[in-house]
Amino acid sequence: MKYMDEFRDPTLVQAVIAELWRTAVRPHVIMEICGGQTHAIVRSGLDRLLPPGLTLAHGPGCPVCVTPLETLDQAMAIACRPDVIFTSYGDMLRVPGSDGDLFGVRARGGDVRVVYSPLDAVRLAQENPARQVVFFAIGFETTAPANATSVVQARRLGLRNFTILASQVCVPGAMRAILSSPDNRVEAFLAAGHVCTVMGWREYTPIAREHGVPIVVTGFEPLDIARGILLAVKQLEAGRAEVENAYERVVTEPGNPGAQTAVREVFRVGDRVWRGLGVIPDGGLHLRDEWSEFDAAKRFDVSRVKPVESPICIAGEILKGLRLPADCPAFDDPCTPDHPLGATMVSAEGTCNAYHRYGRGREETE
Amino acid sequence: MCLGVPARITEIRDEGPLRMGSVDFGGVSREVCLDWVPQAGVGDHVLVHAGFAIGVIDEAEAQQTLRLLAELAAASAAEDRDREARQRPGAEPPS
Repeated sequence: MKYMDEFRDPTLVQAVIAELWRTAVRPHVIMEICGGQTHAIVRSGLDRLLPPGLTLAHGPGCPVCVTPLETLDQAMAIACRPDVIFTSYGDMLRVPGSDGDLFGVRARGGDVRVVYSPLDAVRLAQENPARQVVFFAIGFETTAPANATSVVQARRLGLRNFTILASQVCVPGAMRAILSSPDNRVEAFLAAGHVCTVMGWREYTPIAREHGVPIVVTGFEPLDIARGILLAVKQLEAGRAEVENAYERVVTEPGNPGAQTAVREVFRVGDRVWRGLGVIPDGGLHLRDEWSEFDAAKRFDVSRVKPVESPICIAGEILKGLRLPADCPAFDDPCTPDHPLGATMVSAEGTCNAYHRYGRGREETE
Repeated sequence: MCLGVPARITEIRDEGPLRMGSVDFGGVSREVCLDWVPQAGVGDHVLVHAGFAIGVIDEAEAQQTLRLLAELAAASAAEDRDREARQRPGAEPPS
């Protein structure tokens, strides 16, 4: 497919890797923020082609993984109600809550449906005026404009039966939290290309300057990722710490102004709990007061939710890039995508899922 | 979740306040919202996420990136050939 196949050309990837071997002199740790990039790296085997001493730490950029357990439990409590059609992106259905998952709710008769776009959920609300339609609005900055537009559209249509359960998180706060952690080892970031498609990269300039880390806006094909790593290593070797764009065909410095306006109209920036990471200052978005009628957590009584995390799962450490899936006593046994203990094993952006899916078992990573 | 897939716009229409359209993902057609890519027309490629086009793909930038990398690959191949030539017995220049 155009704009995908050309950026998977093995000859060009090899050339970038060869240049990387010539460039990397000292050991470095680079974190790819986005779980989509983690999967692309493990699937293509890019991490096995790196020069010795160059390590990729996998970041927390998996919205499904960082959605708080409490919010997930609230989702299940709402989805159990007979008057509700609960809609969600597919990945959320198998994420373990304190007591089961959304698939389990559906098996017990709950009306839980997967939608491709939030506008599909709005359409369901139009078609089912006697039912309450709730959309599980999770995501990073990439998804925030779409989620915001769902409530704007619901208001335009005068819908009284549409709400969202929001868990919107923002990347810059998490980057600061990782860099400020006493056990941080990350020296450079590959910034998530599709977050930057929406937001541009201006927010990253102060982070690069204040923390002295190179930040390279990076795409998702193997060639994009190899080039992002090369540019980050070039900066590290030269002692530079700048924001650089290696995804020029899609990302511009200001980002997408229309999408940003949609987000600002509906959401305000505030502190947010990230599952596994805790409260991150300015780590997410909340519905503005003037949109609170669309807040599912206010429309439905979710006060009885009491979240209980798995005592074994180390997803939090994995999301911070401090440990690898093989360090977890439950990895691959008993924790698998069919019977996950943590969200990182479920999601198509979760690190444990990538290591399981592409055969990076315990022996492989030891 | 943050998956963005390139697609070609095949049709644009206004549906009330939203600018909607059809896009082609290499053979699969889908309805998407085109509100945030006002500059894009039929035939342009956009990046689609959760039913919304979030950006236009710049053909010239894509070609420029590939050109730069092809030059890198050519330089790398030439360096490899030089090294092999130097290592081949009898390849040393006559003294």
